Amino acid sequence: MAELQTHSAHAVPMNLLEAVNRALARAMAEDDSVVLLGEDIGTNGGVFRATEGLKQQFGCRRVMDTPLAENLIAGLAVGMASQGLKPVAEIQFMGFIYAALEQILSHAARLRNRTRGRLSCPLVIRAPYGGGIHAPEHHSESTEALFAHIPGLRVVMPSSPARAHGLLLAAIQCPDPVIFLEPKRLYRLKRLPVVADGDPLPLDTCFTLRTGDDLTLISWGAAIHETLGAADQLAADGINAEVIDVACLNPLDRDTLVASVSRTGRAVIVHEAPGHGGMGAEIAATLANQALLHLRAPVERVTGYDCPMPYFQLEQHYLPDEERIVAAAKRTLAY
Amino acid sequence: MRTDHDNRRVAGYKTMALIRHFDKKAVNLQRTGRLGTYASCLGAEAIGTAAGLALTRDDYFVPYYRDHATLYLRGVPLHQILQYWGGDERGNAFPADSDARRDLPYCVPIATQLTQAAGIASAAKLRHEHAAVLATCGDGATSRGDFYETLNVAGVWQLPLVVLINNNQWAISVPRGLQTACASLADKAVAAGIPGVQVDGNDLDALLEVLDDALERARAGKGATLIEAISYRLSDHTTADDASRYRKASDLHRAWQNEPVRRLRDTLAEAGLWDAQRETDWQQQCERTVEEAIDTYLNLPPAPATDMLDYLYAELPAALRDQRSALAAVDQEVRHG
Ligand SMILES: Cc1ncc(C[n+]2csc(CCOP(=O)(O)OP(=O)(O)O)c2C)c(N)n1
Repeated sequence: MAELQTHSAHAVPMNLLEAVNRALARAMAEDDSVVLLGEDIGTNGGVFRATEGLKQQFGCRRVMDTPLAENLIAGLAVGMASQGLKPVAEIQFMGFIYAALEQILSHAARLRNRTRGRLSCPLVIRAPYGGGIHAPEHHSESTEALFAHIPGLRVVMPSSPARAHGLLLAAIQCPDPVIFLEPKRLYRLKRLPVVADGDPLPLDTCFTLRTGDDLTLISWGAAIHETLGAADQLAADGINAEVIDVACLNPLDRDTLVASVSRTGRAVIVHEAPGHGGMGAEIAATLANQALLHLRAPVERVTGYDCPMPYFQLEQHYLPDEERIVAAAKRTLAY
Repeated sequence: MRTDHDNRRVAGYKTMALIRHFDKKAVNLQRTGRLGTYASCLGAEAIGTAAGLALTRDDYFVPYYRDHATLYLRGVPLHQILQYWGGDERGNAFPADSDARRDLPYCVPIATQLTQAAGIASAAKLRHEHAAVLATCGDGATSRGDFYETLNVAGVWQLPLVVLINNNQWAISVPRGLQTACASLADKAVAAGIPGVQVDGNDLDALLEVLDDALERARAGKGATLIEAISYRLSDHTTADDASRYRKASDLHRAWQNEPVRRLRDTLAEAGLWDAQRETDWQQQCERTVEEAIDTYLNLPPAPATDMLDYLYAELPAALRDQRSALAAVDQEVRHG
């Protein structure tokens, strides 16, 4: 388990997008083998501006605008990574990553294993994910479970500027492939302190954002925002919720989750993706297996509905909100 | 007097004959239950051999599943090739000191290796290496997006890449004519703005000439080339296939008249570079070499069960420790009965 990064004298306020940009710039400055590739990432700085200024700073040999072909982007990244470059590929929206799935699942995730460690695949694929910004169809999905299901991949989903910064640095340094999913709803939400010269944050570990004894709220990515809001509401009613940001969905830090729920006896898992076959199911199964005798109520899940992300007129009904989380928390407390 | 070129052709013939023998034995091993499904390279020996001879140690090779001859010339021992097809992933642990040390392993999902080859070529270009990347595929692979995406980016980025199509006329049962309405696969280079060359894939000399040129062009920073080598698959698609269901015996018979191994042997004999005695000696040598490889393969100790987790991540994640312990217990049991 990792604690929240402490504020330091060097902390600079940044939004999540700026934190991503600063982490990329720092990683590129520190290591020549880090290269960026993707659509519109050069002169345009990416459609969200995550790579703003990097082409000017590092040149078009290290910040590559690719032809419009997601499968190509992933295949290029696998090839580059196989020879020791550290490509950080941007997929413009997670809804367009599916053309690249074959490269990610059949090659990136397996290259190290297939070659008995002779070649490895230290790539990062970044993609903005999730709803809440009134985007068109195919721009708002969160299908992290597809990737979390695949052995050999790391799936990282930051939920604050500091964690976006520290986890992206760690992802780039990681010798294994990392799918780095950025909650675009949080991109410009708030400026929060980030220690720009701080250490990378650990991968494969949950972050406990708030401690409490009455129940454990478990979430990741954009949904952390509502989860923390729900914890505030519960606190106003005298209920102390522990809030855990899973942050890395594969490999999963089961120990932190099991330890917390063993103590509180109650768990509510919150995620934006459809519930069916989602990561919440994996975590609930883990808790049933490893914390059964401590559980004082059934594990609750608050998730998106089992349907494609609706067009934005309905997206607020789809996304888990504070009310649904508070209601689920109260059900577990009343059980 | 023998020239370097003559020596290279003789070396080429020896490899082709060896691989033909290896291929036959591999099929036999499969038939007797000692190898898994195997993709034969019967009829493609000249293509694989020319590729292996044209590549240098500094180049990169990105194979598909019929490139046994090339991998062998890159320094992958024959027993490791058998290991791969025998279902033992240690076959992919190419020797660290061989030319194949940085090459990709066999690729099974069709055409996916091509975009990766473009990535390797990008890396080589970025580092100003005097190196080329050679990627191979079949004619069926040219129907996939990866193929187009690769040629396209290779043209735009002037990559040091050569894509070599083994047009053996078939993608399992689907003939080349159902794959594309294009008159030649080499023409597909036009849309990418790179040169496309057709070559007789049963002619080692022609292949060497075309490959030498294309690879040197790539190394010199002049960009990518597409090569279509026209051959004929003389085997079933794999040992799991029965080509008589979709292919006329007369077509196959005709294709045998032009097969690459005998053709080169006759040419070399005419030039005084080969004769019956050398052929007998070499066939005996092939027999010994392949038998040794089979012996080594069959006598390898089994891979430990923990192997399935040990190479997955650079370091074993904490989340997988219990699973590894369970597999270690399996190994313990195997060792101590
Ligand atoms: C993406 C994908 N689709 C289907 C298959 C199943 N498959 C294996 S080989 C093959 C035919 C490939 O033909 P071609 O590219 O001409 O190569 P050849 O085997 O003839 O050398 C097919 C369809 C596969 N391996 N990968």
